[in-house]
Amino acid sequence: MANPVSVRGLHKAFGARTVLDGIDLEIAPGEFVALLGRSGCGKSTLLRILAGLDRDVEGAAEVQGTVSIAFQQPRLLPWRKVWRNIALGLHRPDGRSVALKALEEVRLAGHADAWPLTLSGGEAQRVSLARALVREPDLLLLDEPFGALDALTRLAMHHLVEDLWAEHRPAVLLVTHDVDEALLLADRVLVLDEGRIVAEHHVDLPRPRRRASVVEQRTRVLADLGVDVETAA
Amino acid sequence: MALVLLWQLASSTGVLPPEKLASPLTVAQSAGELIADGQLLDAFTVSLGRVFFGFLIGAAVGGASGLVSGLSRWGETLLDPPVQMLRTLPHLGLIPLFILWFGIGEEPKLALVASGVAFPLYLNLHAGIRQTDPGLVEAARVLGYSRFERVVHVVLPSAVPQTLVGLRIALGTAWLSLIVGEQINADAGLGFLINNAREFLRTDVVVVGLVVYALLGLTTDALVRVLERRILRWRTR
Ligand SMILES: Nc1ncnc2c1ncn2[C@@H]1O[C@H](COP(=O)(O)OP(=O)(O)OP(=O)(O)O)[C@@H](O)[C@H]1O
Ligand SMILES: [Mg+2]
Repeated sequence: MANPVSVRGLHKAFGARTVLDGIDLEIAPGEFVALLGRSGCGKSTLLRILAGLDRDVEGAAEVQGTVSIAFQQPRLLPWRKVWRNIALGLHRPDGRSVALKALEEVRLAGHADAWPLTLSGGEAQRVSLARALVREPDLLLLDEPFGALDALTRLAMHHLVEDLWAEHRPAVLLVTHDVDEALLLADRVLVLDEGRIVAEHHVDLPRPRRRASVVEQRTRVLADLGVDVETAA
Repeated sequence: MALVLLWQLASSTGVLPPEKLASPLTVAQSAGELIADGQLLDAFTVSLGRVFFGFLIGAAVGGASGLVSGLSRWGETLLDPPVQMLRTLPHLGLIPLFILWFGIGEEPKLALVASGVAFPLYLNLHAGIRQTDPGLVEAARVLGYSRFERVVHVVLPSAVPQTLVGLRIALGTAWLSLIVGEQINADAGLGFLINNAREFLRTDVVVVGLVVYALLGLTTDALVRVLERRILRWRTR
């Protein structure tokens, strides 16, 4: 099976400003990759390119199979009930039963007939995740989907994402600012800086992982991000 | 209610002479007569027809041009500047032109109602479409929706609330336009009834006509409100 993501020599510029400057990236089927990098370094730009939302690029960015994306905001259609938002990802008439199953998976079975505006932030984000997963994607792109959530909800979402990934096995590219999040969830952690991937860490720890088990790698990843832990702590 | 009582009192004591304003009782009485001999119903039907067809024409024109200029760049370039310029002109000021173009029959009345409807609908539909959250459109794009499907599933639904605002303004303007339009040489309808009554100093009939105008306006406004509440149920917060 071809790799869901195969990027070679990708360049992207907005006018005179180069944002991505020679990206090479392969993601294997079922692989969980996290992408770290400071704000404005081009993470979302890369994801948008992979999602097919931006085709004005140089170099090759090939994506195989079905792609889904969950954004930082849930981006639900407020005038459609929750289950219809999920069915939106299906293009099929028998949407309801499939949507209900997906809702159950994100532990929102009781909210099928709710209006999106009545959901809490975490619930809406889970619906958005269900909408992305219901298509059984080969590649799941997650652009800081937990960024706006409180710490406890975030923790619950980590478990949820890990379970869903174990269940469906899409390749995942997760953009995050949170080093712990990256190390807890991903097989591989990439650091993007100045438009290039400047560091790569393989995380060969058994799952589910605990915060304590990733402390050592955390220091090294933070160093790649330009944070000196000794002075920062 | 208290106002009506006060009004009746003023009429009964002669403070308010009937040639200035008839008493509520007289008004009610002549309303009964007008209903009984069918005059009111005839006038009502004619006026309602004018508003209805004027509204249809205006809604079709305003709706179609709002869609074109909301959904396409060239449509906006073509349509929006002239419309934005014209809208600063109160459409009732167009009466002389309409009389010159359409004569004094039904056409200028319909044209007046239609132009009163077309502008608010155009403006609100156009604004509603332009306000669509690009994030939602993008989300639909990733889910494999074609441009046409995105318009149907995302852009148009998100323009609905603003369009309903436009609809309500349009209906209000439609009644206003009708009342003004029916002053032009009307030979039937509520305006005719009122004008005729004025010639004979029948203030009671004038008031009946005004009350019917008011009731009609209130009714359509209430209908739109009900429609709004049903369609915008999702805005529960
Ligand atoms: N449509 C656009 N036009 C012009 N510049 C853009 C556009 N989109 C993004 N940029 C620029 O590209 C750079 C990278 O943006 P991007 O959104 O990819 O950053 P990011 O790494 O996702 O940041 P954050 O972590 O804050 O979300 C930024 O400097 C941004 O200003
Ligand atoms: Mg971003």
